[in-house]
Amino acid sequence: MTLYDLANPTRFLKLVKAVLPWIIVATVAAFAVGLYFAFFVAPEDYQQGQTVRIMFVHVPAAQLALMCYAMMALSSIGSLVWKHPLADVSAKASAPIGAAFTFLALFSGAVWGKPMWGTFWVWDARLTSFLVLLIMYLGIIALWKAIEDPIKAAKVNAIITLVGMINVIIIKFSVEWWNTLHQPPSIIRADGPAIHSSILIPLGLMALAFVLLFVTLHLMSMRNEIMRRRIRAMRMRAASVAPAASSSTVTKAAPAGAR
Amino acid sequence: MVVSGAMTQLKLVCLSVACDRGGRRVLNHVDFEVGSGEALIVQGPNGVGKSSLLRVIAGLVAKANGTIELEGGVHERSVAEHSHYFGHLDALKPLQSVLENLSFWRDFFEPAVFGGGKVRESMSELEALDTLGIAHTASLPAGYLSAGQRRRLSVARLLVVPRPIWLLDEPTSALDKASEDVLLELIAEHIQVGGLVVAATHLPLNLPNTRFLKLLPVTSESEYMFAGTDLDDYFDEDE
Amino acid sequence: MNWMKVLFIREYQLANRVGGGALIGVLFFLAVVTIFPFGVGPDMILLSRIGAAILWIGALLATLLGLDRLFQADREDGSLELLVMSGRSLELVVLIKCAAHWAATGLPLVLATPILSLFVGLDFRSVVLVTLTLLVGAPALTLVGAVGAGVTVSMRRGGVLLSILVIPLAIPILIFGVSAATAGAIDSNNFFVPFLFLCALTLFGLVVGPLAAAAALRVSGD
Repeated sequence: MTLYDLANPTRFLKLVKAVLPWIIVATVAAFAVGLYFAFFVAPEDYQQGQTVRIMFVHVPAAQLALMCYAMMALSSIGSLVWKHPLADVSAKASAPIGAAFTFLALFSGAVWGKPMWGTFWVWDARLTSFLVLLIMYLGIIALWKAIEDPIKAAKVNAIITLVGMINVIIIKFSVEWWNTLHQPPSIIRADGPAIHSSILIPLGLMALAFVLLFVTLHLMSMRNEIMRRRIRAMRMRAASVAPAASSSTVTKAAPAGAR
Repeated sequence: MVVSGAMTQLKLVCLSVACDRGGRRVLNHVDFEVGSGEALIVQGPNGVGKSSLLRVIAGLVAKANGTIELEGGVHERSVAEHSHYFGHLDALKPLQSVLENLSFWRDFFEPAVFGGGKVRESMSELEALDTLGIAHTASLPAGYLSAGQRRRLSVARLLVVPRPIWLLDEPTSALDKASEDVLLELIAEHIQVGGLVVAATHLPLNLPNTRFLKLLPVTSESEYMFAGTDLDDYFDEDE
Repeated sequence: MNWMKVLFIREYQLANRVGGGALIGVLFFLAVVTIFPFGVGPDMILLSRIGAAILWIGALLATLLGLDRLFQADREDGSLELLVMSGRSLELVVLIKCAAHWAATGLPLVLATPILSLFVGLDFRSVVLVTLTLLVGAPALTLVGAVGAGVTVSMRRGGVLLSILVIPLAIPILIFGVSAATAGAIDSNNFFVPFLFLCALTLFGLVVGPLAAAAALRVSGD
């Protein structure tokens, strides 16, 4: 099976159907093992106590938030350069998942921040960057919803996603610069200089589980979007079919329907 | 009649042109050719893609398939750059005067002749306004014009900038009988000096050297993007 | 080259004639600056400390205000179609439209800045710095905003969405602009480092803004 075959929506659906159950099983298994390690194997932090375990959700969620944007940017290149509808679908499916992971990273960060910093929110460089990232995700989702024509929406979103991709890097840099300007660099770094393997292994397992979760959600979301578009196509076709009585009399002049 | 431009003949050739809009194929396998001194009248019922075809030729809408070539045109210039597009919208700024509106498009397009085909020498702005019977409005804001006058001012753009191909979308809409006759005369003149016209209309236009292209609705199911026959593709077999 | 001049003049005239032109933006700027003391209190010391930020945020919001009409008016009356198919480089058309828009609405904001800075109690040196950074940075706001304007051109009420999309992109501009404006002295590294970053962002906007906005406008023909 070549990449070109994959790019056909019907073949893609068949593939999803075959693969998805296995990926779901793998995701559940990875979470079971990962959570077990996170809760029962990884040691308490000598300073933070149990709260350090939030890290096992927070760090993978943050990674996924960025990975989702990368996925969206890659798909955007696909829809601009190759104009492939499946790339559009992939980009559209990524946005809400990315927003959810970004929110999760922010939320877990805030919950973790309360015991650590004594406050739910600080304008720390990372938190701020992620807040901006969340706004970008939500803006992109809003743009998807605002344009009815999915093909046009895809192109416009691809443009703003790619401009955003360049800007994410600039924002990251500028926010870090801004942060060191306004605050002493003594803010607690979540991960110390060296991470012990007793933490690294559960963290790696959780990262794997999150990646699998992303793949599951992305495939499901793409499948749903293809279905949605298929329904849209069926409805448009229904609108373009002439009423039975008149279609027999004027075959050639059947109205082509709304555009 | 003054004629300028090289003496080469132009020929607009469309082969197997297809166009998707809103995830739906509105044009499929459209073939035609039309040469200098000819008019192509695109006919068909509402929503059949007449406007889309003109917009594809004008480069405003990407074609999904096929080729559109201009034989005898300037090689490195697109079909759109040889063309005037006269659509439903007048492209007028109500706060600017009639003359300012017209002069802007003249200066913006200039120089507009890329050789190839014969084109009537362009008129001056006032000449064009006079021909269309709206010279008296030249210094007034375009917002004061009636719908018919705005339409005529929009036509004036085709006269002050010489371009060999005219793409006309329902050119006679919003015009009264007298203005319609003037416009048809101008189009006929454009054809006679060697211009090339593609017009979408459902009215009979009385033009010389006319060819007709009848568009039929795209009916095949496969012409819908993402169209499988139904959702069973996914839920078939074991469910 | 004549077509660029003609386009610039027309865009400039239209920007000035439509909806109050430059005045409306400056009025909005004034309104935003006026509302801050009511929020933070009439403490002149505090105001002078955050004055540069107030002016920058006011200018950012005033710039966003008029951007939704940048291409939309042309789309509604059919001019955009002609601009796209004219054979002129659409990127240059966008750039010229941005330049004219900035000259008509951005430049008056910069000129109003020294006067408005009196209200927030800035000293002379700060007034110079804020005005200078706005002069360099405001074009970047317009150029980044043009991307948002291009993307939302086909929407009936795209103004709010435009702001949501553009504000994240404008954050780096705001960071370096305000940092340079509050540096205190023009000959220090505290000023030069962010100021040069600000210049870089404007140059960056000169490239990315027209490219992305033109790409979005080409799509809008569909």
